[in-house]
Amino acid sequence: MTKQEALYIYLLRLADQHLILGHRLSEMSSKGPFLEEDIACSNIALDLIGNANHILQYAAEVEGKNKTADDLAFLRDERNFYNTFLAEQPNVDFAYVMVRHFFADVFDSLVYAELTKSSDETLAAIAAKALKEITYHLRHTSKWIIRLGDGTEVSKTRVQNAINELYRFTGELFEMNEVDTILINEKIACDLSALHTPWLAKVNAVLTEATLTLPSDTFMQRGSRNGVHTEHLGFLLAEMQHLHRAFPGAQW
Amino acid sequence: MSDSQGLLWEVFVQSKPGQPHKHSGSVHAHDKEMALQNARDLYCRRSEGTNIWVVPASEIVASSPEDIESFFDPSNDKVYRHPTFYTVPEGITHM
Repeated sequence: MTKQEALYIYLLRLADQHLILGHRLSEMSSKGPFLEEDIACSNIALDLIGNANHILQYAAEVEGKNKTADDLAFLRDERNFYNTFLAEQPNVDFAYVMVRHFFADVFDSLVYAELTKSSDETLAAIAAKALKEITYHLRHTSKWIIRLGDGTEVSKTRVQNAINELYRFTGELFEMNEVDTILINEKIACDLSALHTPWLAKVNAVLTEATLTLPSDTFMQRGSRNGVHTEHLGFLLAEMQHLHRAFPGAQW
Repeated sequence: MSDSQGLLWEVFVQSKPGQPHKHSGSVHAHDKEMALQNARDLYCRRSEGTNIWVVPASEIVASSPEDIESFFDPSNDKVYRHPTFYTVPEGITHM
């Protein structure tokens, strides 16, 4: 694998994570628990999709096959998406939505802080812009986890259930392969294994305040680094890609 | 004031440092932090401000329409209460 191929895959991994998280969250539009939270969810979804768009534009440039960000978002199939299992999990209830984004936001706050120091200047600039948004997203989800956990009996049960169900998808956030090895050597990517301890520390700090706990001895599901996904991604892509595939080149 | 959407909060946004906070509108929220975040999402997404105040609407003391005469009318016939005899120096922008 060349450095260029590795960078292309790495950029898809970053972009797909935010594209799929953003699309899932956009499903909350008009279904939020109340008007202001509905707008907050839609705003965060827009931030995530906007960042994915920036990264996909750069990925298309790196690939050098004259494609656009839209081509990469709407014309790739499931096995060529590299978002984690966590990102594609459905919005079972509001607690699931917040836990999914909380786990992802803590991870992103660490990764994007590292990527601002990347030797790849374009990636470093994209990361610096995204980091400001991620800081806000993390504040939003952290406060909700605390409110729900330290709230009523029902809210605590629901948020603990969501943690128990979604924690199994967090192991692969830190999984690395040849792509990472090549890019770490070039000082483009960061060492994800070094981020696991700070991730656990930050997650546990919030969960403790929320009187919640991470489950013990969870078997971690893996596969997204190779383009393998849970049953949920196919349905998401069908909806997300339908319009572009039905009307190629459609403009807003 | 309370329903399933939480309390009503009034939002005041400062457009630039040194400027007064101006009333922008209101939001629903269940606590202070949520009020601040909701205010940011509703009123400051397009660089409208540099600082936000949120105040529980129930804490605001307002004058009533029937107070209009006793509160605001008496000064109209006393010209010396109005600063019309001063000239504003050039370069004063925030009057």
